[in-house]
Amino acid sequence: MTVESTAARKPRRSSGTKRAAGASTRKTAAAAQSAAEPQLVQLLTPEGDRVETADNAEFLPYVEDITAEDLRGLYRDMVLTRRFDSEATSLQRQGELGLWASLLGQEAAQIGSGRALRDDDYVFPTYREHGVAWCRGVDPTNLLGMFRGVNHGGWDPNSNNFHLYTIVIGSQTLHATGYAMGVAKDGADSAVIAYFGDGASSQGDVNEAFTFSAVYNAPVVFFCQNNQWAISEPTERQMRVPLYQRAAGFGFPGVRVDGNDVLACLAVTRWALERARRGEGPTLVEAFTYRMGAHTTSDDPTRYRRDEERAAWEAKDPIERLKAHLLASGDADEAFFAELEQESEKLGKRVREAVRSMPDPDTMAIFENVYADGHALVDEERAEFAAYLASFEEGH
Amino acid sequence: MAAEKMSIAKALNESLRKALETDPKVLIMGEDVGKLGGVFRITDGLQKDFGEDRVIDTPLAESGIVGTAIGLALRGYRPVVEIQFDGFVFPAYDQIVTQLAKMHARALGKVKMPVVVRIPYGGAIGAVEHHSESPEALFAHVAGLKVVSPSTASDAYWMLQQAIQSDDPVIFFEPKRRYWDKGEVDVEAIPDALHTSRVAKAGTDITLAAYGPMVKVCLEAAAAAAEEGKSVEVVDLRSMSPVDFDGLQRSVEKTRRLVVVHEAPVFLGVGSEIAARITERCFYHLEAPVLRVGGYHAPYPPARLEEEYLPGLDRVLDAVDRSLAY
Ligand SMILES: Cc1ncc(C[n+]2csc(CCOP(=O)(O)OP(=O)(O)O)c2C)c(N)n1
Ligand SMILES: [Mg+2]
Repeated sequence: MTVESTAARKPRRSSGTKRAAGASTRKTAAAAQSAAEPQLVQLLTPEGDRVETADNAEFLPYVEDITAEDLRGLYRDMVLTRRFDSEATSLQRQGELGLWASLLGQEAAQIGSGRALRDDDYVFPTYREHGVAWCRGVDPTNLLGMFRGVNHGGWDPNSNNFHLYTIVIGSQTLHATGYAMGVAKDGADSAVIAYFGDGASSQGDVNEAFTFSAVYNAPVVFFCQNNQWAISEPTERQMRVPLYQRAAGFGFPGVRVDGNDVLACLAVTRWALERARRGEGPTLVEAFTYRMGAHTTSDDPTRYRRDEERAAWEAKDPIERLKAHLLASGDADEAFFAELEQESEKLGKRVREAVRSMPDPDTMAIFENVYADGHALVDEERAEFAAYLASFEEGH
Repeated sequence: MAAEKMSIAKALNESLRKALETDPKVLIMGEDVGKLGGVFRITDGLQKDFGEDRVIDTPLAESGIVGTAIGLALRGYRPVVEIQFDGFVFPAYDQIVTQLAKMHARALGKVKMPVVVRIPYGGAIGAVEHHSESPEALFAHVAGLKVVSPSTASDAYWMLQQAIQSDDPVIFFEPKRRYWDKGEVDVEAIPDALHTSRVAKAGTDITLAAYGPMVKVCLEAAAAAAEEGKSVEVVDLRSMSPVDFDGLQRSVEKTRRLVVVHEAPVFLGVGSEIAARITERCFYHLEAPVLRVGGYHAPYPPARLEEEYLPGLDRVLDAVDRSLAY
């Protein structure tokens, strides 16, 4: 049994027909909101206090089944994801990885939304969704292959309903929409979730995905992690209205959720997934969060943003917030944190060892899987290349 | 003497600076070109010195970047747009192929499209997917576009000047793995015309033709071959559309053998057209068929395999030997 195997345990709720009526009023509420002040759904304050207000009342039922054990599970997910992520950053610095895109600061958005999913739902990630991958049960060491340069994505998308990472900004939102159209055609009640960033929201593909999903009423949730930056460009370079409000123009609801509040992200994503399952079409969720680290290990954020900004967000840390809540409520004790620390150490060690022992691919893999049905030119070039390589062995 | 030694990256930066200084209609547009100075720092410091009106951080949308550059050109501006990496030009491919390339012809010559699309291209930097592509043939195939690639700091400086001055759209491919290679740049020189080739090293036994990142590999191959007593001529094509077939013909008529080298896949690559044309022009001079060395008909591989995938010294020398063996 691997250390992550309990990650498969998901906080679940029964398929909330009871709450359906309440939830569906949301559609008009969110649409009518279009030009209003930004709302922000929050269930846990940065200090770790539970919030219950008229604004978030609609979402509270979606986490009312969450037990102390579930909360500890969410906390554990976030801690282990952060650990994995920082390990990968170090491995890049040591030259074991060519690049790493850190999710630091975005753990709540990813774990909250990832834990809202059912096994039969399908995920279309960007390149930063390490926390969602974790929730799907993708072995974290599989994520590292493409960053080490041994493959272009080291997992079978269908074994965890977690599609390959997509680097070309925005492309995957259309794939998610098409997949969701297929789900609807099949009459299934699964839902699809597409991850993307604030920068990506400018891409044509993303706007076309909004259009298609609205027109075909596709059961897809657009989960945008607005981490305030697209490499060096702040969100003002991409939009002049709060991101979630853009959904209104396409004819579906948009909600801004505190992206550093794992409980709120869980509730809002469950709500949006339920809408999809009930045939109410797409939803845009804007998780308002912050990219605490550099864009990737190749980036130097000191060139374009100030330390004070980061410091302000540090006070809203998603992990510290839940920890404060767990401690204050007595839902977790010292033994829990100590045990988790050990588990985290173990995970770090396992990741380091897995990366260092990851074999380089065979040279001839260049020619593998280019076509499903084969191709004469590939066959010819493969043979020529093999003969060329063999000529060295003879020569030396 | 105004000659100064600088990297290709610096030469491009100086060239953009010069263009912004001399022509108020020149604009720079792209993702992260402002404060960051571009992910390769080619536009470093330009926004600071010329302002946000002229050095423009755009929304993250390549079709938008090229499409609005077309509109700005219609209004009399000369946009120089940066595509962050080779693999990200494709959202703009529609605008480039259906609009940018054809506008002048459709308007019966009444409008001009002085747009430069700068694209860092090619592999060997250990990057993840979509950061190592060589898509030049996809642009050279399109009438209405001009396609060039410098291989030296001097050409980087001057060819970019000339591309910006051109009234035609120019796709300007920058050999990203060579960005930090240094060379002399004389900013007062009289440069060669943009679409001419250049003999990078004279020789008598065989011609190697290349452009961009592969020129250096060919020069190294020529040096290695010289140790074995073979005299290799290296022609830096510099322009992939139009190709300087006259210049190349002169070289091949002398050496009687030609190998074309590029990172891009060989199948229907720039080398294919060159092989066909040179065979037509030089049939009775050739001692061997024109050979091509390049990438394979396979997706660009993960970084750990790129050294094997890319044409290196050994594969170029192997082709030289095969050609000489005819
Ligand atoms: C089509 C395309 N253009 C440019 C890039 C280069 N690029 C990679 S990430 C990025 C910024 C993405 O910002 P955002 O969508 O906010 O996601 P984040 O990285 O902040 O998670 C850019 C411009 C790309 N990968 N794809
Ligand atoms: Mg972002």
